[in-house]
Parts: sequence; structure tokens; C-alpha cells
Amino acid sequence: MARVLLFGRLADIAGWREREVEGASLADIRAALGADAMLAEALIGKGVQVAVDKVIVRGDGPVAAGSEVAFMPPMSGG
Amino acid sequence: MSVILQTAPFEPGALLTAFSAGRAETGAVASFTGLARAEQGGTDILELEAYPGLTDAEIARIAQGAAQRFGLQDWLVVHRVGRIAPGEAIVFVATASTHRREAFEACDYLMDYLKSRAPFWKKSHGPDGARWIEPTDRDRTDVERWERP
Repeated sequence: MARVLLFGRLADIAGWREREVEGASLADIRAALGADAMLAEALIGKGVQVAVDKVIVRGDGPVAAGSEVAFMPPMSGG
Repeated sequence: MSVILQTAPFEPGALLTAFSAGRAETGAVASFTGLARAEQGGTDILELEAYPGLTDAEIARIAQGAAQRFGLQDWLVVHRVGRIAPGEAIVFVATASTHRREAFEACDYLMDYLKSRAPFWKKSHGPDGARWIEPTDRDRTDVERWERP
């Protein structure tokens, strides 16, 4: 179980910003979020970055229980 | 040396006064204030989203890079988040150094990086609806100035 956060346009597409999602890896979490086809497509879109516990990660590796997983679309800058 | 993300409006003059106080050995303070634009009526409200804990850490990392590169004595970054009206200050950057060139350049560098690399998501709300904003080509070329060998 992880706490998933969506930022920017991803939250608009999903219609939510924060949700508990079952999964022990980023691959599991993506699969669980895949029920929403539009969101699943957006999550693999160009420039989308993933942070686990506020650190940007690459790949679909394991996620410790209780982690915070953030999907971040391309940044706008300040 | 701090990063402040806040929803409340701030007064740039007061920040600059406080930042400049008690600096007998500084010599130079440069500052920049960015204001939200109305875009000829195209933007009623700017909505800025940050990821607390990641956005502030990334800004601090950028600022520490600037401090090292330009030999700053001190720096301050204050950035609004949430809903911002045209004309309101959205960002304030101040730099302090022994001589002016370093303070000016570090301020310029910090703004270029903030505009293109800081983790913010910005939405413009206007009469034609809402749209997400991404860095412009100009923002990208501005930051590349600092990355040439």
C-alpha cells in the first residue's frame, strides 16, 4: 500500500490528487492505476517523473509499504 | 539561506529591508521580484502548485549551487503557491556578496533556474478557461547560458 499523489494536469485527468493504492512496486501501482485508461496513458507520457518519498526515481522498482509515490508531469517552472 | 513557499501574499520591500539589515561586510545585495501578469485580460488568476518537501529541497539545491559558483554570503528565495492575482508578487530572490557582480549574476542565475527547473505546476485561469503553462523556449535558452563551458 502506498499513498499516491498526482500533480498538475495528471490530477485533472484523474479527477483526484491523492489516494491509497495497493502495490509493492511501481509496476504494481501503475497496473492498479491502469483501470483508468486515460490516466495510465498520461502517466507514461513524455516528461512524467516519479518520486518515491520525495526523491525522484527511475524505473519501476519496489516501493516500501507506506511510501509516498508522486507522479509529476513536466514542470512549469516558477 | 532559506527557501520559503507560502500561500499568503508578501511585500517585496519588507523582505529586501530585512535581508539587507546588519550586513557590515556584505557590500552588495541584489534582488529580483517577479509579478503575476494579467496577459491583456487573458489571466484572471494564476494557480501555482508545489510539492512541499521536494520543491523547496530542489530550490535549495539550485541556490546552494549558485552560492558556491558565485561565492555568495547569503541568499533568500520566497515563492508564492496557490492562487495569485495579476500584479501580486509571485517570487522574490535576494543575493548578498562582497562585490556587486557576484550578487547580480547569482540573482540572474537563480531566476533562470527557477523559471525552468523548479518543480512547480502553473495553471492560468482566464475568460477562455484554464490552461497549464510550461517553460517557454526563451526560459530554456536562458538557463543554457549558465551551462556552457
